[in-house]
Amino acid sequence: MRKYTPKDNVQGKAKYTDRFWVAPRVPREDVESDPHFSAVCKAVGEQVEILDAYVELGQLVVHIAPEDNIAALTVLKENCSYAMCSEMSAIDYLAQDGEFEVFYQMLNLKKAKRTRILTRIKEDQAIESIVPLYAMANFAEREMYDMFGIVVNNHPYLKRVIMPDDWVGHPLRKTYPLQGDEHAAWYEVDKIFGKEYRDVIGPENRDPGRIDRYDSKRFSRVGYEVPFGAEEPEAAEKHDPEYSKQLLVDYTTGSEVLDERR
Amino acid sequence: MAQHQVNYASTGGLPVALTTVDKLLNWGRANSLWPMTYGLACCAIEMMATGASRFDFDRMGVIFRASPRQSDVMILAGTLSKKHAEFARRLYDQMPEPKWVISMGSCANTGGMFNTYATVQGVDRIVPVDIYLPGCAPRPETLQYAMMMLQKKINRESANMKKNTKQRFV
Repeated sequence: MRKYTPKDNVQGKAKYTDRFWVAPRVPREDVESDPHFSAVCKAVGEQVEILDAYVELGQLVVHIAPEDNIAALTVLKENCSYAMCSEMSAIDYLAQDGEFEVFYQMLNLKKAKRTRILTRIKEDQAIESIVPLYAMANFAEREMYDMFGIVVNNHPYLKRVIMPDDWVGHPLRKTYPLQGDEHAAWYEVDKIFGKEYRDVIGPENRDPGRIDRYDSKRFSRVGYEVPFGAEEPEAAEKHDPEYSKQLLVDYTTGSEVLDERR
Repeated sequence: MAQHQVNYASTGGLPVALTTVDKLLNWGRANSLWPMTYGLACCAIEMMATGASRFDFDRMGVIFRASPRQSDVMILAGTLSKKHAEFARRLYDQMPEPKWVISMGSCANTGGMFNTYATVQGVDRIVPVDIYLPGCAPRPETLQYAMMMLQKKINRESANMKKNTKQRFV
């Protein structure tokens, strides 16, 4: 076991720290900062109600109501020459807000500008298909239905595209279990041999390389080392490993040359 | 060997070789292993390289066949997803006996790094595997070595497939 040396330099720390940490956000600019985006916002705003609009990372983001998606995208395609819908899918915010966020990423090929249409729907709410406008949305909406279980109205062929048709659950939902899902674990055995063969074949051996931080017999617990064979205490404190100064030099700290130049 | 016994196989000039039916049949089987042209993921790229001229599987009598009806080796090369497991098993069922299976690469052996809900955690859950070939992806030489090990295995086992005690699920 290595000798314990305190690493937390109290003198070097700031006296006051943020009590309420706020996640850093991408800076948002006003729509008027770009003439093209302000024209797009004006054209869309004449047809549908815009809930929110701003420019983020050089892309226009427009929030609309879910019933208006066809009308808004029609304006973008017909009047603003957004000929391409490069991506559409959803994000699961069910735990936070009880809603899905459906996004349509649009590309203007003439002016090389991108616009994102955002809309929020409830869990049991369906959304209108945009396949009549953009044929690309055919597979994208099928994938959204497959991965999130969002029903798309008037879709030509709404069928699972990635998972098998008889799969239970929608994998990209945050509540989808990664382990312990009985249907997923036995899917191929049930399908090929039948349920009675579960005992013959046995449960699947998932994750043979699992890292357990309280397992003191293996060396996968960097920072929680104990003498060989000893059991680790339940509430062990992490101590960072000491690296050899000869082999691994940290050039960002303790560099005298840089201090002198300063 | 006792002096009074005649070693017929080594007597000079006689065009006679003595063997057993098992050895003769297995010699024929082991030297004309025809795998199915069936790739699942990136391991199939290595399998294709093995079949091409630089590594040259043909010199070992290994010729890829385009139909499971004409094949006797199934090389499961790559990640087997649960959606596809049904079809891999169907292809295996379509191959005539005797047949052997090589599980190529980590994903086919154990699921590999795809410890997920949608990946079969080892193809031995759906087909009986003869040779497990480690690597990610195994080099062509490794696949050739696996094929040579399979030839060794075939030469050891009984030519009567019914006598082999290999467990087959269905």
